[in-house]
Amino acid sequence: MLKHRVIPCVLLKNWQLVKSIKYDSFRTIGHPISTVRVYNSRNVDELIVLDIDASIDEVINTEIITDIANECFMPLTIGGGIKSIADIYKVLEAGADKIAINSKAIDDPSFIKEAVTIFGSQCVICSIDVKKINGAYKVFNKSKGVLNICPVALAKKYQAYGAGEILLTSVDHEGLAKGYDISLIKLFRGELNIPIILNGGMGHPSHAVEAIANGADAIAAAYIFHFSQFTPEDIKQEMKKHGIAVRITKMC
Amino acid sequence: MLDSSIVIIDYNMGNLRSVQKAFEKLGENAVISKDCDVIRNASKVVLPGVGAFRDGMRNLEALGLIEVLNQVVIQEKKTFLGICLGMQLISRKSCEHGETDGLSWVDAEVVEFDFASQEKKLKVPHTGWNNISYKKQDVLFQNVLENSDLYFVHSYYFQTNENIVTSTTNYGGEFVSSVTKENIYAVQFHPEKSQSVGLRVLKNFINIEIN
Repeated sequence: MLKHRVIPCVLLKNWQLVKSIKYDSFRTIGHPISTVRVYNSRNVDELIVLDIDASIDEVINTEIITDIANECFMPLTIGGGIKSIADIYKVLEAGADKIAINSKAIDDPSFIKEAVTIFGSQCVICSIDVKKINGAYKVFNKSKGVLNICPVALAKKYQAYGAGEILLTSVDHEGLAKGYDISLIKLFRGELNIPIILNGGMGHPSHAVEAIANGADAIAAAYIFHFSQFTPEDIKQEMKKHGIAVRITKMC
Repeated sequence: MLDSSIVIIDYNMGNLRSVQKAFEKLGENAVISKDCDVIRNASKVVLPGVGAFRDGMRNLEALGLIEVLNQVVIQEKKTFLGICLGMQLISRKSCEHGETDGLSWVDAEVVEFDFASQEKKLKVPHTGWNNISYKKQDVLFQNVLENSDLYFVHSYYFQTNENIVTSTTNYGGEFVSSVTKENIYAVQFHPEKSQSVGLRVLKNFINIEIN
């Protein structure tokens, strides 16, 4: 049986891993390499690293991706600043397994199709950031601001172009540790045939249970791993207690 | 003269470095190469791969690697490990992006997960950690507990009537998650991405004695 994944999703800025609140007010959480080493030893299911500098300066820091990948014996997704097929080759060569595309996919959805034809669907995650404006969910982009696009419609378009997964982040909930945006994930329920990784807001293992119960396939988080007493194992044990299939590592 | 190294076939299909550093972690030197001489001189051959079947075959062909792979794996019977796309490529054909012939080392076809007619529409690609059930004892799974979770990412799967299946996995039905045929080992999951359990599988591959 396929397990529901627990995935740290961290931001990279000035060679440091940072944690934001609503994508703002960044706080350093540590050196990337030592942090990844800890994640690896704690058997998290995957790791997503989004390079904020790359998404702004459009320069991909392959050196640090290589360093991270060297410590990472689990699936590694890299996002930030990917604008071309050459960029994807660069990031994969540095050791990433999947790439996350955000701005480029908004500007040119056919790029997803191009990438999928070369690298396969499983390699391409489309990242969608969402904000609630006057009660309606809208797609948000760090450089463009709030866009008048419905996130479900955008996700369906990405799926049609071949995206393998959707990383869905509620900017409003991000960094607050008060739980995932459950009405957002409910909106997506039954709409897509590709997995949705819900991101933004986990502060307690019960939030993971709630997210999966309402339609998320996997959950991503950062705050809980750095600013709370809960470990990835605690989260999985709580999920298991509620009948959710998770991976608990056992060796002979 | 044979050296004792493992060669990872470089055919521009992603994640080679991940496989290499998993071997490094296990203290084993693995070379990434598309050089026919290096491939001929290695003692074991690994064909990893992330991406589309057609591109995989095209790249192998364009780099002139099909002939050398046939030589070392089929004629010389060097120990071979296919991972994910590298497993699928040993089949006769795949229907991914139109029908494409494979290396045809085993009598198998690669087909797409299709849940359209099923009541519960499972998501494709099959992405994430799933457990393997053993069909046969296999050296790759020595000291790996049955039902261990391994990491999968694929939209297509391997179908075979040959008696080579060593494990299956359930995703809307059972599919083949590993096969072994003489010197050819192939796994649909990614051992290099499956943390301690995956590293154990690779360690077992390293430990296979060569003639």
